[in-house]
Amino acid sequence: MNTIHACNSSEHLTRRTLLRGAGVAGISWLTPLADLLAVEAAKAPSGKPARSVILLWLGGAASQLDTFDPHPETKIGGGVKAIPTAIKGVNFAAGLEQTASVMQDVSLIRSMVSKEGDHERAFYNIKTGYRPDPTLIHPSIGAIVCHELPQAKIEIPTHVSILPNQWPARGGFFGAKYDAFQMNDPKSPVPDVKARVDDKRLDRRMEGLALVEQAFARGREPDMDQNKTLHQISMQRARNMMSSEQLKAFNVSDAPAKELNAYGDTPFGRGCFAAVRLIQAGVRCVEVTLNGWDTHANNFDGQATQVKILDAAYASLIRDLKKLGLLESTIVVCGGEFGRTPKINNVGGRDHWPQGFSMLVAGGGFAGGRVIGSTDPQGEKKEPEKPVRVEDLHATIQNLLGIDYSREVMTPVGRPMALSKGEPVKELQAHA
Amino acid sequence: MNSALSTSNWLLWLRNAVILGVLAAAAFWGVAELLAPPVPEVGSSLGVSKAQLNDIQKAAQVVNADFDKAWAQQQLQPAGKADDLTLVRRLSLALTGSIPSLQELRMLESLKGTDIPQWWLSHLLSDRRTSDYLAERLARVYVGIENGPFLMYRRRRLVAWLSDAFQQNRPYDQIARALIDSNGVWTTNPEVNFVTVTKEDKKGPDAVKLAAKVSRAFLGVRIDCVQCHDGKLGSTWKQTDFHQLAAFFGQADFALNGLRDDPKRNYKVRYLGRPDEQKVSPLVPWKPELLPAKGTPRAKLAAWVTAKENKAFARAIVNRMWALLFNRPLVSPVDEIPLEGPFPAGMELLADDFLAHGYDLQRLIRVIVSTQPFQMASQSGDPAHPVTTAAENAWAAFPVTRLRPEQMAGSVIQAASLRTIDAETHVLLRIKRDIDVGNFVKRYGDSGEDNFEDAGGTIPQRLLLMNGNMITNNTSNNAPLANASSRISMLAPDNATAVEAAYLSIFTRRPTSAEQTYFTGQLAMSKSANSRSSAMSDLYWTLMNATEFSWNH
Repeated sequence: MNTIHACNSSEHLTRRTLLRGAGVAGISWLTPLADLLAVEAAKAPSGKPARSVILLWLGGAASQLDTFDPHPETKIGGGVKAIPTAIKGVNFAAGLEQTASVMQDVSLIRSMVSKEGDHERAFYNIKTGYRPDPTLIHPSIGAIVCHELPQAKIEIPTHVSILPNQWPARGGFFGAKYDAFQMNDPKSPVPDVKARVDDKRLDRRMEGLALVEQAFARGREPDMDQNKTLHQISMQRARNMMSSEQLKAFNVSDAPAKELNAYGDTPFGRGCFAAVRLIQAGVRCVEVTLNGWDTHANNFDGQATQVKILDAAYASLIRDLKKLGLLESTIVVCGGEFGRTPKINNVGGRDHWPQGFSMLVAGGGFAGGRVIGSTDPQGEKKEPEKPVRVEDLHATIQNLLGIDYSREVMTPVGRPMALSKGEPVKELQAHA
Repeated sequence: MNSALSTSNWLLWLRNAVILGVLAAAAFWGVAELLAPPVPEVGSSLGVSKAQLNDIQKAAQVVNADFDKAWAQQQLQPAGKADDLTLVRRLSLALTGSIPSLQELRMLESLKGTDIPQWWLSHLLSDRRTSDYLAERLARVYVGIENGPFLMYRRRRLVAWLSDAFQQNRPYDQIARALIDSNGVWTTNPEVNFVTVTKEDKKGPDAVKLAAKVSRAFLGVRIDCVQCHDGKLGSTWKQTDFHQLAAFFGQADFALNGLRDDPKRNYKVRYLGRPDEQKVSPLVPWKPELLPAKGTPRAKLAAWVTAKENKAFARAIVNRMWALLFNRPLVSPVDEIPLEGPFPAGMELLADDFLAHGYDLQRLIRVIVSTQPFQMASQSGDPAHPVTTAAENAWAAFPVTRLRPEQMAGSVIQAASLRTIDAETHVLLRIKRDIDVGNFVKRYGDSGEDNFEDAGGTIPQRLLLMNGNMITNNTSNNAPLANASSRISMLAPDNATAVEAAYLSIFTRRPTSAEQTYFTGQLAMSKSANSRSSAMSDLYWTLMNATEFSWNH
């Protein structure tokens, strides 16, 4: 990594990146070569890069005020009770006791901001780091990780979405082959992975298929399967998966009850347990969704119910990753598509609020025990202190994975597009 | 909870038992004759007069000339003509959501001296399957797929109403006007569901959602992008344009006698950068001179949207119908057509023809089907010069597109049945079909509202097709009830006939000679009836797992 011929070679660096890198390091007077070297040093964090990501989505949008950013005894607090966490001086809402106890390994952003206040658009934004664009679909974090890092040598999909809502992670302009593999509650086995006939017959069926495919391919572009239909490729990957030992990682039914129960006897808890196993098996990115946070009415009961499910699962996931020695190489991000209003509406609900919401980040080079930003305890100021934009979170994640987040890739509409247009938040990185 | 569960299990079991009984009785009835022609002849009328047909052909030729010019400019060589069976398959998939049955193919091949694809199109346009399928597809555009607020909304009623309208070939401007401007109760006046679906708790209809729907569905304009701020990235729309459009729905409200307009109500909005809400008067975003002077706001809007001089309306439905027939719109995305152009070849001519012929949807379909792009092959006859993506994009070859989930499910079920599953089919079989399609679509991945994205196949889809219940039940030789593969293997007089029947049932074509030799050989190796039946099941599985089955071509 200490020569300019390493993977971030000079031709990958645009002028903009150079200027920015130079600006960050305050070294704009240096010669171009030294400049480049300095950029390298400034860009890549000195720890070993992360190799996988777990994303826990609180779908419908958790209320920051009733989870990670309580303002008790204020008119916007809604009667919330605060409890201490492992970070001195930082309190959570009651109900998050287990999560509070692992915060030495987790950092908290209390000042996430975005411009999207509609669920679908905001999910798109938080998963891709870009706002929806009618001309193309941006890839989700998981797709970027799978596209940019060397291909994981496993037989199961490297990008998995557990309990997806309507908007599972997509490959976007990298193609559908980077879409997340979707699965439901890991209590039941992955469906349709068992062949219905013996190997001999399956081989015979595939042999016939090869002949049939030849007839269809005639008079069409030779790389149509690779570039467009992805039919035979997907079928081959499906078949590899069917016969793989690694399938076990999807199944939680053989897990010791005590270990599993620590996550809570819920689909989300089991999803988080499976996420750890999948990461252990070599999967690059797993997203697990917990919906039910969209509390426009009766906010406090609604949030409390979801908090209980989240608390056990999140804390167990962090503990287990650490115990298995995987936390150093695995980034864990947890949060909703936006937050909820400080103002409590006339049916005891909180509405959508993209101006200052919370996100937990841990592992894979994120520092533990830090807090960034704050929101107004009176709920009057719209802008939080030290705002972190959604794209900045994306740039940080990619930076910690050793990905050159500013690298521009060519999109199918012929427009070059940076992997992320944000800037890494250095304060969140264990090694700046 | 437990007792409720066991009751529903028991009911499920009973349902299956009844269906199995009906199927078993039907299984051996009158199938043998399908395996070998001929099948009784049917009348060969085309459903339209010769003069009308000539006029349609003439309109199509004008469109063809437009495409010819575009191809010449891009130096593209258009593909050759597709064969009859390929066209029949495309038409069935586009209009009924399923491939044709073996029974239908035998009937078509028995027709003498007639243009088979034209005859088939006429037949389908009078078939209830077509109006039902088009109604479902357009309902997705108008109201989405969710069930909405049950107290005020009945999706099924709306779909049935649309289906009746298509069956009667009601002019499209009338359909659109009824949807935008109607009053009454959602159960007895199904068209009001277009408005009532947007109702939110304790509020009236959502004017913002309605303005977005009207502009996207009927005008092919995404003016809702300026709901929160003036247009960016080259868009000239202003935030006021959108809210003035929404204001046409500002008086719509619910009373005891259902949806109606209340002149006392008005539409308010807080514009970006302004401190307070302000009252907004209805105004259309272009051609205000087309707005009638009298009537309720919704009646005025409906008249403006469908006015002959408001060509965006015609372009929007031309683009939709083109997309239904090709699985890909003329202008993409399907609901974003530039108001002032530039327009691709075909668009303006088709819109003009539609307007000149009284918003006739069936004529529009007939003209599009008669154009060269629809009639063309999807592969090149010369392997040295294969069809390129550029040629596909310019409609110089029929584009290869992924079938929608419900088309896949419908096709799997149809291919396994030999006989046509239509309005004549026993009601229990049709119910079972609907349940099976629903389950399959859920697993295969519903594409939601009417999207036309070119996405490749995925691993879960392949797993579902390789190992899923639907494929297994419909191809296996151990299936509890005789499916097409079992019946063919029992009843076909010889191996070559069996292979041909499988190819026709699944691919709507005959096997190539290499395929015929290979699969006949596989069947010939079978020593017993049982192993022959396995080989037949393998053939069925193989064909249903091929790219050719999952992609429209």
